[in-house]
Amino acid sequence: MILIFIEVRDGKVKKSSLEALSEGKRRADDLNTEANAVLIGYNLEGLASEVLLYGASKVYVMENSLLSHYSAAGFSQALFSLVEEIKPEGIFFSASSMGKDLAPRLAAKLGVSLASDCTRTIAKDGKLEVVRPIFAGKAYITLNFKSSPMMATLRPNVFPLAEPGEKKGEVVRKDVVIPEDQVKAPALEILREEGSEIDVTEAEIVISGGRGMKGPENFDLLRDLVSLLPHSAVGASRSAVDAGWIDHQHQVGQTGKTVSPSLYIAFGISGAIQHLAGMSSSKFIVAVNKDSEASIFKVADFGVIGDLFQVIPYLKEELKKIASE
Amino acid sequence: MNIFVFVKRVPDTESKIRINHEMGTIVEEGLSFVLNPYDEYAVEEALRLRETGGGKVTVLSVGADESLVILKKCLAMGADEAFLLKDNTPETYDGLRMAKIIARALEKKFLDYSLLLFGKQSVGADNAQVPSMVAELLGLPQVNVVTKLEIEGTKGTAHREIEGALEKVSFSLPAVISAQKGLNEPRYETLKGIMMAKKKEIPILAFEDLGLKEEDVVPLLELAKMESPPPRKAGKVIEEEPEEAAKKMVEYLHNEAKVI
Repeated sequence: MILIFIEVRDGKVKKSSLEALSEGKRRADDLNTEANAVLIGYNLEGLASEVLLYGASKVYVMENSLLSHYSAAGFSQALFSLVEEIKPEGIFFSASSMGKDLAPRLAAKLGVSLASDCTRTIAKDGKLEVVRPIFAGKAYITLNFKSSPMMATLRPNVFPLAEPGEKKGEVVRKDVVIPEDQVKAPALEILREEGSEIDVTEAEIVISGGRGMKGPENFDLLRDLVSLLPHSAVGASRSAVDAGWIDHQHQVGQTGKTVSPSLYIAFGISGAIQHLAGMSSSKFIVAVNKDSEASIFKVADFGVIGDLFQVIPYLKEELKKIASE
Repeated sequence: MNIFVFVKRVPDTESKIRINHEMGTIVEEGLSFVLNPYDEYAVEEALRLRETGGGKVTVLSVGADESLVILKKCLAMGADEAFLLKDNTPETYDGLRMAKIIARALEKKFLDYSLLLFGKQSVGADNAQVPSMVAELLGLPQVNVVTKLEIEGTKGTAHREIEGALEKVSFSLPAVISAQKGLNEPRYETLKGIMMAKKKEIPILAFEDLGLKEEDVVPLLELAKMESPPPRKAGKVIEEEPEEAAKKMVEYLHNEAKVI
């Protein structure tokens, strides 16, 4: 059995968890076993039935008021008790902020190793094999597991979401007993920057600006484009972040975030090697740059040599036309 | 406060990575190595905490003798002491192995810790596993990807970066914290710091000193293959009037790429 941890944020199931479940189900089919999911928290009513649509044979629901706020210590304790009982062969997480925080804690509790941020999973000789980027995508490694359960976190936005199907599975409630002192470092509240609901790692379209943006105020041009394109987010190069034009949360590259959106649009980004590492697994790359020699054109599927400040206003018009079609 | 910072030697982020396919490793020749950028934020935060609250900053690295260079840099930045936990094993990409070595070192040699600081990940392995694993092995609270840290007495609060937002987390010491860009602006070494660091000895601890045997830290992940990413081909590049360029770009995205 492959167990998939389903993350809940703001009372909703996170899409990247459903991607992990979809992938877990595909590998479970290859291995002639089942994919089961687990929800942890408090007041999770109704969420399990949504998870069943994505192929889980069982959805375990573990509720306890001590788990109403996320903590790696508390959640890993709950997961540990479930894993000890149901003995899965594999455990998948989304490599989201929560997955990257929780999975290693559980792995250490189980005494097993973990493959982080995988971009491919393969069933081979009755076991799992995974492929993951290193150096932010400058190289890829294939890993085999020497410990069981085989644990992996899967990069968001990479694995196709299954078509929601029939609910064939069942919901299984599991008691979870957690001593209060086991809930260490709980997240008390969530502080949100206005107008930044989608993170660059989760966006389907990333619209990035670099040194060519010339100043912080011009990032409003990119925010305008984001408002015209659903599921999009503003990204930035390291030089724009280091100049203080935009918060580092938006930085794409080796010391920022690695992204794999369907579309990456680079405005005024020359394409330093550490930036290219962070975005070259995007499905389509479009670049606008004044410098015809900019390295970004070597990886772009479509490039425009020109002044971004002149191109963007027309771009907005064209996008509005598409939206009204 | 007794602060420990864990640092790693990594290739500079501007490096081109070449692969030795026979060995399944990266080619180190011609690379320049630096203190992991995220670890710099961890060292800086430790120094700031010492400046405001007193205490001691000890820096540790697990690795071969080459890692002495980054430990010297940390001393030059102002750390009080540095130790090398000697390990000649090439990168295994197994976070648990590293976490076991660190947890053992703390239990055997440095039990009086109040705060353990890490970078949120090393650039290279990109695992982001070791801080959480050390926290679990030692039974400590963890806060990862931290952009703001406040400590008062034995209690702390931190801001932890999550998707499009921050989580405010409270914890008690001792605790594990991993640093994200934005936590602070790391200082440069001063000439005086460099001179002082030169005089400081960096003790080297072997596995035997920690009561560790190689078989205790066998990697549980097997590296089957290392490859270069699939190359991207340069596509169409146009140079036209802005209006025409915008039109063609949207046409491409809508009709050919079908992404909008």
